[in-house]
Amino acid sequence: MTDLWGHFQAFPVLWLVVTLLVFLFASWVNAKAGKTPFLHPVLVSLTLIIVVLKFTETDYPTYMQGGQYIHLLLGPAVVALAIPLYENLATVKRLLFPLLVGCVVGAIVAAASAIMIGVLFGFSDQLLLTIAPKSVTSPIAIAVAEKMGGYPSLSAGLVLITGAMGCLIAPFVYRVLGIKDESVRGFVLGVGAHAMGTAFAFEYGMVAGAFGGLAMSMTGTFTAFMLPLLMPILGL
Amino acid sequence: MVQGFLILLACQLCGELTVTLLNVPVPGSVVGMVLLLIGLMIRGEVPDGLRTTGEGLLRLLPLLLVPAGVGLMTHFALLSEYWGELIISLFVSTLITMFTVALLLKLLSKEKVAVEHEGGGVDD
Repeated sequence: MTDLWGHFQAFPVLWLVVTLLVFLFASWVNAKAGKTPFLHPVLVSLTLIIVVLKFTETDYPTYMQGGQYIHLLLGPAVVALAIPLYENLATVKRLLFPLLVGCVVGAIVAAASAIMIGVLFGFSDQLLLTIAPKSVTSPIAIAVAEKMGGYPSLSAGLVLITGAMGCLIAPFVYRVLGIKDESVRGFVLGVGAHAMGTAFAFEYGMVAGAFGGLAMSMTGTFTAFMLPLLMPILGL
Repeated sequence: MVQGFLILLACQLCGELTVTLLNVPVPGSVVGMVLLLIGLMIRGEVPDGLRTTGEGLLRLLPLLLVPAGVGLMTHFALLSEYWGELIISLFVSTLITMFTVALLLKLLSKEKVAVEHEGGGVDD
C-alpha cells in the first residue's frame, strides 16, 4: 500500500491535477466570498496544496516535478505584460511626466522603506532581498528574488499579503489626503499593491482599473532594473 | 497561437541572453518584456496570434503563481521566527508608499490644473 503510494506520488501529472483542481476550488471559494483579497485564489490554493503535501508527506521537490510545468509559463507571461502596456501607450505619452514621477518615486520608496524597516528588525541579507520586491507584481517579484538571491517562494507569499494590505490601506489614504480623482486612486493602488490593487481599483471604475494596471507594469519593470542599483546604495 | 507563443519565448530568450552577457542581476523575462514592447511600438499593432496567446497567459497568471507560492512550505522555520516583523514591515512600507505616491500625484495634478488655467490650456 505504502509502496503503491510511493509510485503514485512520483507521477508529475498527479501534482498537475492536484494544482488545477485546488485552483478551481479556490477560485470558486473566492467568488462565493465576494472576491475578497483575503481569500485570494492564489493564497487559498497554496495553503490547501501545502496541507495536502504535509498530509501525504510529500516534499516540495517532488511536488515541483509536476509544478515546474506550470511555473515555466511564468516567464512568457511576464513578457506578455508588454501587450496591455502597449495598449495604454497613448495614456502614458499624454501623462508621461506625472506617471513617470509617480512610478519611479513609488518604486524607490516601496523597496527602500521595506529594506530599511527590515534592517531595523535585523533581517538577514537574503531576507532583505526577499522583501525588497514586495510591492511588485508576483511574477516579476519571483523573477527578481530568484535573480538577486532572495527566497522566491517567500517573496511570492509576501507580495500577496502586501496586495491584500494595500487594498485596506488605500481607502484610508484617499480619505486623509482627500483624493477623489479616479486615475490617481487607480495609480496609487497599482504602485503599492500590484495586480490585487488593480483588481480592487476596477471597483472605482474602468479608468481607475486601467491606471492601476499601467502603474503595476511600469513599477514592476522599473523595480527590476532599479533594485540592483539601489542595493549597493543601502549597503547590501 | 504557435506564432504568438514563439514570439513570447523568443523575447524571453533574447532577454536571458542579454542579462547573461551583460552580467546584470535583472530577470531575463523583464528584459524580454521591454524588447516586446519596443517591437510592438515599431510594428504599430499587436499581431492576432500574439494577442490570443498573450492575453490567454495573462488570464491564467494567478494559476501560474501557485507552484512558486507552494514553496512557502520550505520557509516555515523562517516564518515562525519573523512573521510579526514581516507583517509590520509590509504594512508600514505599503502605507508610506501609498501615502507618498498619492500626495505626489495630488500636488502634480494641482500644478497641472494651475498651468492650464494660466496658459489657457495649450495641452489637452
